[in-house]
Amino acid sequence: MSTDVTAKTPAPAPPGKSGSATGEGLLQLMFGGLRRNMRKYGMLIALALLVILFQVWTGGDLLLPRNVSNLVLQNSYILILAIGMMLVIIAGHIDLSVGSLTAFVGATAAVLTVEHHVAWPVALVLCLVLGAVAGAVQGYLIAYFGIPSFIVTLAGMLLFRGLTEIFLEGQTLGPFPDGLQKLGNGFLPEVGPDTNYHNLTLLLGFVLLASVVYQEVRDRKRQQEFLLDVLPRNAFLLKLVAIAAAVLAVTMLLASYQGAPIILIVLGVLVVGYGYVMRNAIFGRHIYAIGGNLPAAKLSGVKDKKVTFLVFLNMGVLAALAGMVVAARLNAASPKAGLNFELEAIASSFIGGASMSGGVGTVLGAIIGGLVLGVLNNGMNLLSVGTDWQQVIKGLALLLAVGFDVWNKRKVGS
Amino acid sequence: MAGPVLEMRSIVKTFPGVKALSDVTLTVRQGEVHAICGENGAGKSTLMKVLSGVHPHGTYEGEILFESEVCEFKDIRASEQHGIVIIHQELALVPYLSLAENIFLGNEHAKGGFINWNETLKHATELLRRVGLTDHPETPVTDIGVGKQQLVEIAKALSKKVKLLILDEPTAALNDEDSGKLLDLILELKKQGITSIIISHKLNEIRKVADSVTILRDGRSIETLDVKAPETTEDRIISGMVGRDLDHRFPERTPHEAEAGAAPALEIRDWTVFHPVDQQRKVVDDVSVQVRRGEIVGIAGLMGAGRTELAMNVFGRTYGRYAGGTVLKDGKEIRTKTVAEAIKHGIAYVTEDRKHYGLNLIDTINRNISLTALDKVAKRGVVDEHEERQVSERFRKSMNIKAPTVFEPVGKLSGGNQQKVVLSKWIFAGPDVLILDEPTRGIDVGAKYEIYTVIDQLAAEGKAVVFISSELPELLGMCDRIYTMAAGRLTGEFSRAEASQEALMRQMTKDKEVTR
Repeated sequence: MSTDVTAKTPAPAPPGKSGSATGEGLLQLMFGGLRRNMRKYGMLIALALLVILFQVWTGGDLLLPRNVSNLVLQNSYILILAIGMMLVIIAGHIDLSVGSLTAFVGATAAVLTVEHHVAWPVALVLCLVLGAVAGAVQGYLIAYFGIPSFIVTLAGMLLFRGLTEIFLEGQTLGPFPDGLQKLGNGFLPEVGPDTNYHNLTLLLGFVLLASVVYQEVRDRKRQQEFLLDVLPRNAFLLKLVAIAAAVLAVTMLLASYQGAPIILIVLGVLVVGYGYVMRNAIFGRHIYAIGGNLPAAKLSGVKDKKVTFLVFLNMGVLAALAGMVVAARLNAASPKAGLNFELEAIASSFIGGASMSGGVGTVLGAIIGGLVLGVLNNGMNLLSVGTDWQQVIKGLALLLAVGFDVWNKRKVGS
Repeated sequence: MAGPVLEMRSIVKTFPGVKALSDVTLTVRQGEVHAICGENGAGKSTLMKVLSGVHPHGTYEGEILFESEVCEFKDIRASEQHGIVIIHQELALVPYLSLAENIFLGNEHAKGGFINWNETLKHATELLRRVGLTDHPETPVTDIGVGKQQLVEIAKALSKKVKLLILDEPTAALNDEDSGKLLDLILELKKQGITSIIISHKLNEIRKVADSVTILRDGRSIETLDVKAPETTEDRIISGMVGRDLDHRFPERTPHEAEAGAAPALEIRDWTVFHPVDQQRKVVDDVSVQVRRGEIVGIAGLMGAGRTELAMNVFGRTYGRYAGGTVLKDGKEIRTKTVAEAIKHGIAYVTEDRKHYGLNLIDTINRNISLTALDKVAKRGVVDEHEERQVSERFRKSMNIKAPTVFEPVGKLSGGNQQKVVLSKWIFAGPDVLILDEPTRGIDVGAKYEIYTVIDQLAAEGKAVVFISSELPELLGMCDRIYTMAAGRLTGEFSRAEASQEALMRQMTKDKEVTR
C-alpha cells in the first residue's frame, strides 16, 4: 500500500507555470477529442458512404435482405482471418500463411469426413487443433527461434499450399455432412408463430440491443462513480440512438429474409470476445506493448516471446475456423481454396487502422476494414464490374485508406 | 607558432527548450592536435555538429572561419569539400560492404556512373596502408574488429583530402591496444600536416596526443590550456571541467544515516559483464555496490564507465553477457535473470533512454503507467479500465504531469512530463529498490526540481534509491553516498561529507591502465 502514499505526494508546482493550465486544457480536450474521433470514426464514415453510394448505383439492390445475407456469408471467413491478422499486425508481425492454412485445414476436414466418415463435430475439433499446432510451430520459430515472421509464414504459405495439393491429389473433395455445411450456409432455425419476420433473429436483435444499451448506461454510471469525466448527456443519448438504429436496421434486414446466418453469430461472439481481450485483458495490453515499443515492453517485464507465440497460435486457430467455413460454404475442399485470403485479411487490417510498425489497431477496425472490402466486392459484382477492374479498385481503396491515415497523422503530429 | 586554421566565434545553438551551446569560442592552430573535454552534456558533440554542417548554417548563431574564410556549411558535404571531416562516435560504416567500397562510399571512382574497380582497389590499398592496415580492401567490414573499423573511418576521411579531422570520443569503444594504435596514428597524421580535433574525457589520452585543450562546461567554452605547459596538470583540467557553482536548487533533505546491523536493501557483489558483441571486452569489471532502505546512493561516471551496463545487466540481463556476480535483497540472494524476476523481487529500473526503452510513445499515459503492474488493476487477467484510469489520474495530479487527460499519447508530452510518466509507472509497480538512470537528462529546471522532490519522497518512505547521473552537482545535492566508476571498474566511494566535484571527477577520469 506504499504505492498509495507515494501517489498522493504533493509535488510542488514549478514557479509560474501552473496558471493557464485549465484554459489550455479545455481547448486541448475539445480538439483532442475531435482528432481522436476523426481517427476512430473516419473509416466507419467511409464505410457508411460506400454503402450509400453502392445502394444508389445498384438501384437499391445492395441493401436487399437477400443481398445483405449474402454479404455476410461471403465475407465471414475474411473477417475471421482479419481479427487474427489484426492481432498479429499489432504485435508488429505479419502472417502470410493463413490463406494456404485455410485450404489445408479444409482439405483435412474433407479427408476426415468424406473419406474416413469421421463425425463432423469431432472433425471440427480436430481441425481447430490442427490449426493451433500449425500456428504454434510458426509462432515458436518466430518468437523463440528468432526467424522473422515474414520468412516463417512465407515458408508456411508455400508449405501448406503444397500439402493441400498432396492431400487432395489435385482433386476437389466433397460434399460435406449437413452439420458442417450449416457452418458456412446455414441460418438460425425458425421458431414460434408465423410473423412476416424471422422470430429468433428478431429476438436476438432485441436482446443485443438491450444488452448494448444496458452496458453503455452501466459504463457511464460506473465512470461517474469513479468521478471520471463522461460524455455530456446529449452526446451520450445521440450515441445510444445511433447504436440502436444500426442494430435495429441490420436485425430487420436479416429477419425479413431467412434470418441471421449461423456464421454471423459466431462472428459476433468472436468480435465481442476479441474486442474485450484486446481492450481489457492483460494479454491484450501486452500485445499492444510489444508492438508499440519492444525494448520498453521487455524492460517492463512483459514476456514478449510468450505473447508473440500465443498470437501466432491464435492466428492458426482462427485460420482453421475460417478454413472450415470456406469449405462448408463451397461444400467442397479444393486445392485452390483460400487463394489470396492472407492478402485480403492484411488489407482489411490496414484499411481498419493498423500500422506497419505495430502497436496500433482495434478488432473493430479490422472488421470495418473487412466490410469496406466486402462491400466493394459485393457492390461491384452487382454492377457486373469484371474481376480485373475490381482488383484495380480494391488496390486504390487500400492506398487511399492508408494514405488518408498517414496524411491525417502527419497533420496531427505537426 | 602556427596561426589559427579554424576559428569558431560566439557560437550559440538552441534546441527546443534547451540551450545546448551559449557563446562558445574555439580556436584551433594549424597542424596541432586540439582536445575538447567536458562533462557529458557540456556541448562537445553539438559543437562539432555545428562545425561539420550536421546542424546547418542558419540553425545556430555565431561565425565559423576556416583557413581565414567565413564558412556557412549547409550540410556535411559542404564541410567535407573544405576538408573538414568528422568521425562520429557511432561508426558510420556499412557492415556488408567491403573496406574499399566503404572508403569511397558517396565518393566513388567512377566514370558515367560505373565504378572503376582497379582504381578503387589500388587507391584503397594505399589509404589502408597509410592508416596502418594490411587487410585486403575487398574484406567486408563485419570481418574486422571495432578498432580496425575506426582506422577505416580515418582512411575514408583521408580519401576526402582531409585538412581538419574531428574525432568524437574515438577510443570509447576500443580496448587498450587499439586505443594506443589509434592515438599513434593521430600523431603520425599530425606529422603529415593534418590538424585534428579530438573529443575525449580520458585525461591520460589528452596528455599523450594533444597540444592544447579547450574545456566546455554547460554549453560554454571555459578556457583553452596548453597541454605541454608544466602548469597544466590533470587537476587543473578537472577543476576547469567541474568548476560549476551549486546554484541548482535541491529539496532540503536530511541525510540518511546508515543503520548498523540492518542488511542492505540491495547488494550487488563482484558483478562482471562482457560486451554483447565484442566478446573480449569487459564493460563491467568486478563491481560491488550496496544501498540501504531510505538511502540515496549515487553512481558517478562518464560515458562508457559501465553504470548503465551494470544496472541493465542486473535488471534481467537486459544488456550484455553476464559473467559472474550475485545480487542480495535484504541479505538474501535472489535471482534476477529475467525482468519479471527482478520486478517480483521489488526492483525497478528507470532507464536513461525513456523514448526507446522507457515508454510506448504511441500509447496513452494511463496505459504506460499501468503496464508494469497490470495485475494490480486487473482481476483474473481482465483489466478494470475504470480503476486503471483512476490510478493514472491520481499520478497525473500528484506528479503534476501536464496533460489534459490521461488518454493523451505520451509521445506528445515534453521530456520532463514523459519522465514523470516513466517514474509513475515504476512507482506504481511498488518496488523497494529503484535504480534511476539519468532521471533528469534533457529536461528543464522546473521539472528537474519536481523529480528531485519525488526522489527525496521515495527515500523518505523507506525505499532504497540508486541514482545514476553524469551531473555531479545533482549527485552532491541528492545523495547520501556516491560511488564512482571509470572504464567498467569501481574507482571510489564517498560519503556525503567527503564528496566534492573535484574529488569525484578525479576518480571518474582514472584510467584502466592504472589498475590493470
